[in-house]
Amino acid sequence: MKRISIDPITRLEGHGKIDIFLDEQGEVANAYLQIPELRGFEQFCVGRPAEDMPNLTARICGVCPEAHHMAATKALDALFHVDPPPAAKKLRELFYSIFYATDHTTHFYALGGPDFVVGPTAPPAERNILGVVAKVGMDVAKHVLKMRHDGHALIQMIGGRRVHPNWGLPGGVSRGINEEQRKEIEARGREAVEFAKFSLKIFDDIVLKNSDYVKLITGDVYVHKTYNMGMVDAQNRTNFYDGKIRVTSPSGKEHAKYDCSQYREYVAERVEPWSYLKFPYLKKIGWKGFVDGEDSGIYKATPLSRCNVADGMATPQADAAYKRMYETLGGKPINHTLATHWARLVELLYAAERWVELATDSEITSKEYRTLPTKTPTDGVGCVEAPRGTLTHHYTTDERGILTKVNLIVGTTNNNAPICMSVKKAAQGLIHKGKVSEGLLNMVEMAFRAYDPCFGCATHSLPGQMPLEVTLRDPQGEVVERLSQYTV
Amino acid sequence: MSNDNFEPKIVGFLCNWCSYRAADLAGSARIKYPPNVRIIRVMCSGRVDPTFVFKALSQGADGVMVAGCHPGECHYIEQNYKTIRRYAMLKHTLKAMGVEDDRVQLVWASAAEGQRLADAIEKLVADVKRLGPLHWPANWRENGERVKALEEIVKEHEEAMEVPA
Amino acid sequence: MSGKPKGKLAIYWAASCGGCEISILAIDEKILDVANAFDIVMWPCATDGKVHDVEKMPDGSIDVCLFNGGIRTSEQEYMAQLMRRKSNVLVAFGSCACDGCIPGLGNMNTRREMFDTVYQEGSSTTPENPKDVRPQQETKVSEGTLHLPMFYDTLKTLDQTVEVDYYLPGCPPEAENIWKAVTAIVEGKLPPKGSVIGVNTTVCDECKRKRSEKKIKKFYRTWEIIPDEETCLLEQGLLCCGIATRAGCGALCPQVNSPCIGCHGANDGVADYGARLMSAVASVIDSNDPEEVERIIDEGIPDPIGSFYRFSLASSMLRRKKKAAN
Ligand code: SF4
Ligand code: SF4
Ligand code: SF4
Ligand code: FES
Repeated sequence: MKRISIDPITRLEGHGKIDIFLDEQGEVANAYLQIPELRGFEQFCVGRPAEDMPNLTARICGVCPEAHHMAATKALDALFHVDPPPAAKKLRELFYSIFYATDHTTHFYALGGPDFVVGPTAPPAERNILGVVAKVGMDVAKHVLKMRHDGHALIQMIGGRRVHPNWGLPGGVSRGINEEQRKEIEARGREAVEFAKFSLKIFDDIVLKNSDYVKLITGDVYVHKTYNMGMVDAQNRTNFYDGKIRVTSPSGKEHAKYDCSQYREYVAERVEPWSYLKFPYLKKIGWKGFVDGEDSGIYKATPLSRCNVADGMATPQADAAYKRMYETLGGKPINHTLATHWARLVELLYAAERWVELATDSEITSKEYRTLPTKTPTDGVGCVEAPRGTLTHHYTTDERGILTKVNLIVGTTNNNAPICMSVKKAAQGLIHKGKVSEGLLNMVEMAFRAYDPCFGCATHSLPGQMPLEVTLRDPQGEVVERLSQYTV
Repeated sequence: MSNDNFEPKIVGFLCNWCSYRAADLAGSARIKYPPNVRIIRVMCSGRVDPTFVFKALSQGADGVMVAGCHPGECHYIEQNYKTIRRYAMLKHTLKAMGVEDDRVQLVWASAAEGQRLADAIEKLVADVKRLGPLHWPANWRENGERVKALEEIVKEHEEAMEVPA
Repeated sequence: MSGKPKGKLAIYWAASCGGCEISILAIDEKILDVANAFDIVMWPCATDGKVHDVEKMPDGSIDVCLFNGGIRTSEQEYMAQLMRRKSNVLVAFGSCACDGCIPGLGNMNTRREMFDTVYQEGSSTTPENPKDVRPQQETKVSEGTLHLPMFYDTLKTLDQTVEVDYYLPGCPPEAENIWKAVTAIVEGKLPPKGSVIGVNTTVCDECKRKRSEKKIKKFYRTWEIIPDEETCLLEQGLLCCGIATRAGCGALCPQVNSPCIGCHGANDGVADYGARLMSAVASVIDSNDPEEVERIIDEGIPDPIGSFYRFSLASSMLRRKKKAAN
């Protein structure tokens, strides 16, 4: 049996590695995505004071530390049985919306965008941000950099630091904002709304007006009929910061809607001996292996999933963009992985609109940004929507607030099984009779990128390609062929 | 674990003005105490930084003694109150690191208290004998599989290198 | 920085979170200056991740390697050795590589404990694991064999693994400091080998809060009080690490009314960050009575390791918690 190794792919809390096995006929027998790293936060956080968690868990991921910081802070609210004052909740959501807009912008232009904007069939050397610049002009590139820079500057202004903020506390935040800061935040937010609209227009002009691209998006290789998960508000509209978790089936029916504190009744995780990363699945449906469909507990938690589980967006322009996406792609739910890029832009617009809404809220500069907890801490769950999926933090402590148990389900982890399946499907579509075409790398990479597996995003803003390398081995393990995507 | 033949290595940080002299006195008065303590003279117990204790333990000491003048009698007036505070902090940390309480002990002994110091040393040595060797550096040594795991990676990479580009 | 022949730069991550690399990108358009001064021969997250190409390069042919992340697996140890061999200047970049950082707190446990917590049946969200499956270094599946690198009991810093030339502290290092370090490298204005690139004052020196005599009868947890925004946090009873932490960030955390948590590590000549911090904190306790002192410490600092060694357990003199005899 032949073996193909793709090593290293990209960052999924560590370096990913793909092994593809071919059978005697040279067809794909199986594909494995392995995560060769574990850092053990769930273990070593035990014994630490609970209030340290927003800072400790931020170090799980430097790409989305804000998401961990926020999930941890919300878990502390629950743990200490304290309800933050309204201004604190708004400040947190404002901070979070800025983070979302910044993160989604980077992802679309630097990582996911090149596939569409420059074109999936363009030579690899052009399919990067420089290629995007060439196509849409230097002004846009400057704007992207500015969005990123401003977003980070505001995150530092509010949360203390650009990467790894030090701000969230049970019952609120450590400091509020003043009027001068608010004005700055509002001004940047208005720019962000314009930029989001402009980005949707680029998508329209370049992607949707090109039937080849549309064919690609709706093509079969990238379809996965799995369950979807995401957070919604009381009207079932997408919310990143707070709400209930809703899960819908591959055909769009509601499977569950629950408060995040009940997550263990709905989600379980499977251990495989060949990966350090566990595979979450829907407990009530069960683990049926790496297969999709109504009977398999595998689910996705991506921007597209969040759109699929929601009934709409809570801000007007984003809601219009949302409706348009479903009209164009033939109604709900959308199971085409690549449409995730579109969904991400809809979310970008929502985040920017929400940013402005909150920055102009009369309460946002209030000095009432903290409630001191008075009850004994016990047990608490906190959830937010990280850009890469529903993020759950669950803590248990002794009466002094010293952690005795920690459980985390991290954004990207939700998509561990679907990513494995996408990789396998892409491989099956492209490897026949033992022949590997150069296209495999592209396709696997594109399937992969749609999920934005954690590290892919922000760091991909430099000229360059995702590091993919394929090694083909024969049954004896000898290397027969090596393909690389780079021409650097 | 049987500790019958175990002779603990102990490091003692003794204040020049009191306990160091007490040790001297014990020596000249032929007061017997076990020879396990390697004595380091310091100008005041207040000079004993937690770093000294960590260093002794991390380099293979099985126990540590810190000794100074009785509170109120420090040559530098307030300094051994500082010792009290630092020592409490140090012990709090050592406990969390899994170092048994009796391995590190604080003793007050004036220059005249040779017997008191000798008794304290005897007690410390007996306590550490009971606890057994500490072998701190062995704590961070990985077992033999690590070498095998490393070799495997080297092999995998070498294999890949044989391929013509 | 022009006119010179281009140098070769490599950026590599081991057990890291990626924040260090985000911070590199936060130097914004200056990244283009870096690209002008250097050929980036390896940067797995942003450009090219071909380990094999680096393996084929002659030893010492990379001018500078910025290495972030600690060493937790056999693969990371291999990469540390490889990058050391190939690079003239190896920089321990960020707290993880310098001091082990937050993941270094994993040295309070062993591999076995971690695996049990994460994968054992009934633990967390793993209701079914009847065969008690654990990740294995080698797994035979029907199609062949899969390998995982070995996971170590103790996380090591980069300089506990290979020789390190320079250190750039911070979790992550602030973009401004990265830029200063890069400039120093390009201009050849480097301090003696083995130095930390940065200033040697403390965060307190950069902090604008009002200070008077520090005398503490009680340490507060951050959720117990709302501190005044002008006065030194330590004086208000919050355990601020600024007194023992290297400057360079501009005292960012106290600016948002949060105590410094110590991410920039120790100053020059300090052999053990936690020991330094411990001493400094002990000296502000306002009591001479051993019992009262003990009570103040027990009540106010329930987790001395997490408070004193949050970022530097792996680089401390004791490095880890004592393992149970096995
Ligand atoms: S030093 Fe901090 S920012 Fe850098 S990799 Fe480590 S945890 Fe992430
Ligand atoms: S202890 Fe903290 S708050 Fe006080 S001066 Fe130093 S850095 Fe500022
Ligand atoms: S104040 Fe302390 S924790 Fe905050 S960035 Fe500076 S050194 Fe790091
Ligand atoms: S002089 Fe002896 S303890 Fe200070």
